[in-house]
Amino acid sequence: MSTFAEFLINGISLGSIYALIALGFVVIFRATEVVNFAHASLLLAGGYVTAVLHDEIGFWPALLAGIAGAAVVGAAVEFFVMRRHRGGDHSVLAIVTIGVDILLATELTRRIGTDILALGDPWGDAVVTVGPVTIAETRIAALLAAALLITAFLVAFRYTSWGVAMRAAAENQETAALMGIRLGRVSLGAWAVAGGLAAVAALFLTVFPTPGLERGTSLAALKAFPAAILGGLDSTTGALVGGLLVGVTESLATGYQSDLAFLGRGIGDLAPYLVMVAVLLIRPAGLFGTKELARV
Amino acid sequence: MSETLARSGLRVRTPAVYGWAAAALVLVVLPFYLDRFWLQAGLFAMAAAIGAIGINLLTGATGQLSMGHAFFLAVGAYGYCLFAGDGTDGLAGLGLPGWLAAVLAVALSGLAGGVFSPIAGRLRGAYLGIATLALIFIGQHVLFNAHDLTGGYNGRAVPPLSLFGLTFDDTELLVAQVPFGAVEKLWYLGLVLLLGGVVFARGVLRGRPGRAMNAIRDHRIAAGVMGIPVARYRAAVFVLSSMYAGLAGVLLALVFQRTVPEYFGMALSLEYLAMIVIGGLGSVAGAVAGGVFVSLLPQFLNRYSEALPLVSAPGTGGIAPGEASRYLYGAAVVAVVLFLPGGLARLAARRPGRPKNPTPDTPPSTTPTPPDTSSTEPSGEPR
Repeated sequence: MSTFAEFLINGISLGSIYALIALGFVVIFRATEVVNFAHASLLLAGGYVTAVLHDEIGFWPALLAGIAGAAVVGAAVEFFVMRRHRGGDHSVLAIVTIGVDILLATELTRRIGTDILALGDPWGDAVVTVGPVTIAETRIAALLAAALLITAFLVAFRYTSWGVAMRAAAENQETAALMGIRLGRVSLGAWAVAGGLAAVAALFLTVFPTPGLERGTSLAALKAFPAAILGGLDSTTGALVGGLLVGVTESLATGYQSDLAFLGRGIGDLAPYLVMVAVLLIRPAGLFGTKELARV
Repeated sequence: MSETLARSGLRVRTPAVYGWAAAALVLVVLPFYLDRFWLQAGLFAMAAAIGAIGINLLTGATGQLSMGHAFFLAVGAYGYCLFAGDGTDGLAGLGLPGWLAAVLAVALSGLAGGVFSPIAGRLRGAYLGIATLALIFIGQHVLFNAHDLTGGYNGRAVPPLSLFGLTFDDTELLVAQVPFGAVEKLWYLGLVLLLGGVVFARGVLRGRPGRAMNAIRDHRIAAGVMGIPVARYRAAVFVLSSMYAGLAGVLLALVFQRTVPEYFGMALSLEYLAMIVIGGLGSVAGAVAGGVFVSLLPQFLNRYSEALPLVSAPGTGGIAPGEASRYLYGAAVVAVVLFLPGGLARLAARRPGRPKNPTPDTPPSTTPTPPDTSSTEPSGEPR
């Protein structure tokens, strides 16, 4: 029972990280209707900046620099590439982000090489023991940080004028533009926020018990895609629920791997995708996604 | 390229015919002159072109984003090994003759695409793209874990194909004083398969199904109203595209002579998407051009790495040829979409005085242009 509780808490913590990534993904989709396949590379960029800088300027400034770095990269992608093509066919734009992803990922994996970079986080491998349950401090920090950021984001999304502009643009771009909302600024903001959230997620994807930032980290980040999809691409609630679902499933499948040996090794890494396919079979628009309706 | 030339009437037909005849002649005599490296590169390019045609039918012509193409390539490659293997290497094999194994492998890919049709027929856009991403990971998982079928991490050897008594392996055959090994013989097989693939895909695109596919891409609802069974078409195109991928997989396996699971990863799927964007979405000639470009680029950089600035041999700290080629085609994808919508095919088709056309294969009259209001926006999510 206590192992189950450990798996569950670890899963929720992991899920909250996926939710952070998926949230950024959904924000970009809502603001610009573009599916950002370069999201994993944004995450890798943020993690890389933190990893490189933490020796010189300390962990917290390095983390801030990482967040800022990923936000700048995101904003740059929007400004130099996506903006030039606004209003284009969405699937073509999605393919453009794949091109951007190829560029960013190639550069970052070349820089990282075969190294495993530490991010210099203050938690190390310390654990907290509550009764029979042992949890790594990093997992608790991840859960708290994600909860804080997601709450802050949702509050901002609801109450600030930035959030209102974002929601209006998501509702109807033309009307929003006629109301004086600058669509360019909205989408720039969305990309920057998504980059920043991804950088925080990069930190928690690479701390204990994972060894550190490596070229494979972006594969872990990719699991946020099924999280966003199974929740429904245009729903922030969906991103949260999807993230948690994916995280818990992955954690349980990895934890009980020995019981699932007939499915082969590494089933945990596959679990998010299996859950996604199962959900999509029943609900093609995801759990919380808007059902497809069209007026003709 | 050719379709636009041919469509424009008799005026350009004669020179075009001469051009094609010359190109065909060059392709036929190349094995007598090129060395093994370039022939192998050329075969990769042919396999890539076949696969790219498949994904272009799906993504380019029907507007269904697929990131799972590598999975179907893997099904083709491993399917061939499974059907043709004789079981002597300890792996499952049915010992069927090579040609039958190849046909069955392609059919198996189509079947795999068909099994996915409950999803492929209902989802579109990003949902389908990410759902097909699942195929990659499921495929990799199976390839690494099903040792009896796939040989696990080390992959399995590919039995050579034999057709009409001719075996496509390295037993040398002297043709006009030139020793013909596996690649020389496969070159002609590749040419025939590619030609068949091109002709078939063009037939599909120019006929009724092609019109229906383009209608689904341009305006799904209007297509449905006009009586096109949208879901069935989507699923069918998915199957056809998977079969093309399977054929490309079989050819790749024959060229590699060994299939390893790592090759069929996500990077391969992205490469195929890059091919069709660079070549031109929805056009067969574009798919071929993009496939040749993306697959020859790393080989070219590899061969001439010491002569090129900024590129150095792998492991010396500089930009390795593989990375350099990824930079180049990544940048090419972005640049093509920004500055050359329609890709290489469009570039070839562009002539002065010709009105702009969304895709080279779509005459403007095929589909009604939807009014540009956001409420009926074709691919926007309703809000």
